[in-house]
Amino acid sequence: MKADPRGVLTGIHFMDGDHAACEGALAAGCRFAAGYPITPSTEVVERFAARIPTVGGVFIQMEDELASSIAIQGGAWAGHKVMTVTSGPGLSLMMEHVGLAAITETPCVIVDVQRGGPSTGLPTLPAQADMMQVRWGSHGDYSIIALSPNSPQECFDLLIKAFNLAEEYRVPVFFMMDEVVGHMTERVVIPEASEIEVVERKWTRKKPGEYRPFECEDGSLVPSMVKAGDGYRIHITGLTHDERGYPAMNVAAQDKLVRRLKDKVDLLRDRIVDVREDGVDGADVVVVSYGITSRIAGAAVEAARARGVRVGHMRLVITWPFPSGRIAEVAKTARAFVVPELNMGQMVIEVERAVCGRASVRCVPHAGGTVHDPDVILDAIMEAAR
Amino acid sequence: MTHDEGTTRWGSASGWPLPPGQPLPTNLNVYVANLVPKEEYFAQGHRACQGCGLALAVRLALKAAGPDVIVATATGCLEIITTPLPYTAWGVPWIHVAFENTAATASGIEAALKVLRRKGRIPDRKVRVLAFAGDGGTADIGLQALSGALERGHDLTYICLDNEAYMNTGVQRSGSTPFGASTTTSPAGKKSIGQQTWKKPMPAIAAAHNIPYVATANPSYPYDFIQKVRRALDTEGPAYIHAYSACPTGWRSATDLSIHIGRLATETGVFPLYEVIEGRHVLNYDPPTLQPLQEYTRLQPRFRHLTDDDLARIEARVRREYDALKRRAELDAKEEKRLKREAVRARRAQRAQRTASDP
Repeated sequence: MKADPRGVLTGIHFMDGDHAACEGALAAGCRFAAGYPITPSTEVVERFAARIPTVGGVFIQMEDELASSIAIQGGAWAGHKVMTVTSGPGLSLMMEHVGLAAITETPCVIVDVQRGGPSTGLPTLPAQADMMQVRWGSHGDYSIIALSPNSPQECFDLLIKAFNLAEEYRVPVFFMMDEVVGHMTERVVIPEASEIEVVERKWTRKKPGEYRPFECEDGSLVPSMVKAGDGYRIHITGLTHDERGYPAMNVAAQDKLVRRLKDKVDLLRDRIVDVREDGVDGADVVVVSYGITSRIAGAAVEAARARGVRVGHMRLVITWPFPSGRIAEVAKTARAFVVPELNMGQMVIEVERAVCGRASVRCVPHAGGTVHDPDVILDAIMEAAR
Repeated sequence: MTHDEGTTRWGSASGWPLPPGQPLPTNLNVYVANLVPKEEYFAQGHRACQGCGLALAVRLALKAAGPDVIVATATGCLEIITTPLPYTAWGVPWIHVAFENTAATASGIEAALKVLRRKGRIPDRKVRVLAFAGDGGTADIGLQALSGALERGHDLTYICLDNEAYMNTGVQRSGSTPFGASTTTSPAGKKSIGQQTWKKPMPAIAAAHNIPYVATANPSYPYDFIQKVRRALDTEGPAYIHAYSACPTGWRSATDLSIHIGRLATETGVFPLYEVIEGRHVLNYDPPTLQPLQEYTRLQPRFRHLTDDDLARIEARVRREYDALKRRAELDAKEEKRLKREAVRARRAQRAQRTASDP
């Protein structure tokens, strides 16, 4: 399906990542957002608040992040594509509702413009330290999808993809920007609406009475949805439920539901993952990076090649689910992996797990506050190549 | 006047501070400034914008509190402007925890002081607990913690510094933003008047917790302000002060007009000065005639887009609320008098009975 032209600001723009993300959401068909001011993410909703009256939709500023993260779920069940936007402390407050979105399989997008933490941390400076929190932050077992843009252009492009994934898999999708990407101003090209592919929600074809909200049809792991006002009488709950949506607090129902909540992303991992590779085949050293760090790592990779090292670069555009399969494959030939990230070592744990001792894995941690010095990554590559 | 620990700080001979409930004197011939302590507990050189009403409010509040106070503040302008390492503007102990939990933090401090005093670990003297939070940190995200603290009855004073939007993150609307004001998340334009809801009545919400002292205060009336903070601190149990804080940056007003705009807020009835003492409403300043609302709004470009019709509608509501407050204060005063009369009558009857039964 093509994008609704009302939300698409076609043209060549010079805008920052926060504003580009807002345009991405509007182009993707997001017509309801709820948010709460928090640096460095506020510009996204500021622009949304100013743009939405002319596009046709609703923005509500809620009283806190708890309320924002639950308001969007109401919007989703009312039939809209929805998002909320936040940063570190706000994301922490949202965690209970992430679990609710996971168990009720509510499609929603949570934009996290990452800043230094923990707690209030560095409100105006970057980090990538929420990577594990978005994967594991709410209690219980469930799966999510996360994307890591590295430029304002990608804030536009990938946010559309984030909405599409949310609709397709009915999971909370996290959009892992950071302060630098959010506040960096670059050229952003917004194409015609007819060139933007958006995924429509999977609505049920069944009649009221026949429809069971959590029943998967034709072997799919993702049930189809209805919206409020369609005349279906359904029950949606955060309790463990059966296919009818009614609480079923027994071992069998729990096993069936939780297994599916995990499987619907994990089993389709290979269809979802998006890794951009550069000279990985035959490389001795492979740099694995994501988000803003991938741009810094790119410079270090070039410098290492100039010194004669055979180095490849894997950039994770989708960070969750993690591309374990591809990493394991590369580990058969590569001698070492270098993982620079703006945290004290989070995704490197996943790399180590996938590599499984077949190659050495070296983390280049950074506590946040600024981006890496490319020389530090270069040193790590040179050392790994030795 | 120097600060004199343990005794009446202000000299009762001057008749100041006024007893609770007494309206502001209109005769200010006495040079009252002399009665305000010269000590500063809120140092100059902090990073507030020019014309910041909040900084003035905090400075006055700390003058009223003196050195024996522990301050808790929420995330917000006040935190940012006063504590960039290695500097601090605070001359008293100060703590910041997070955005939503100022009242909980202050509750903890109060409870800890109580225990430490009881165990003899700190000297047995009154140390007050003062909490500052912005309107967002009070009316929105902090309301739950505030309500809990008021309900539990901690002996603390909570001051909401109301600049009517989230100024620290760049002027987003809050529950305390007045109807019609343009902010970045309630932008005025072809399809929107700006803020579409009416200001949340925080003082009334605080008073509804049946706490002993609630007041509105305005740093444009500094003596009234200081006096109210002192009263709040002297009150046993929780006290809530709603302080008006002009914000030239967020309101896009001239930086040299903050005090003037603050006065107009009270003189137009937008921000009436009143107290709620043990449930009894007292209007502290009742201007002979309320100024037209336009006098107030025309100085603040956040209201620039409002038409005469919009203003008339807002003014009608402001007047209605002001009149209701005034009526309530009159009724409460009448009721107070009636209760006093009844008490006197009851005493007399008792005495008469005693004399009759005595041989």
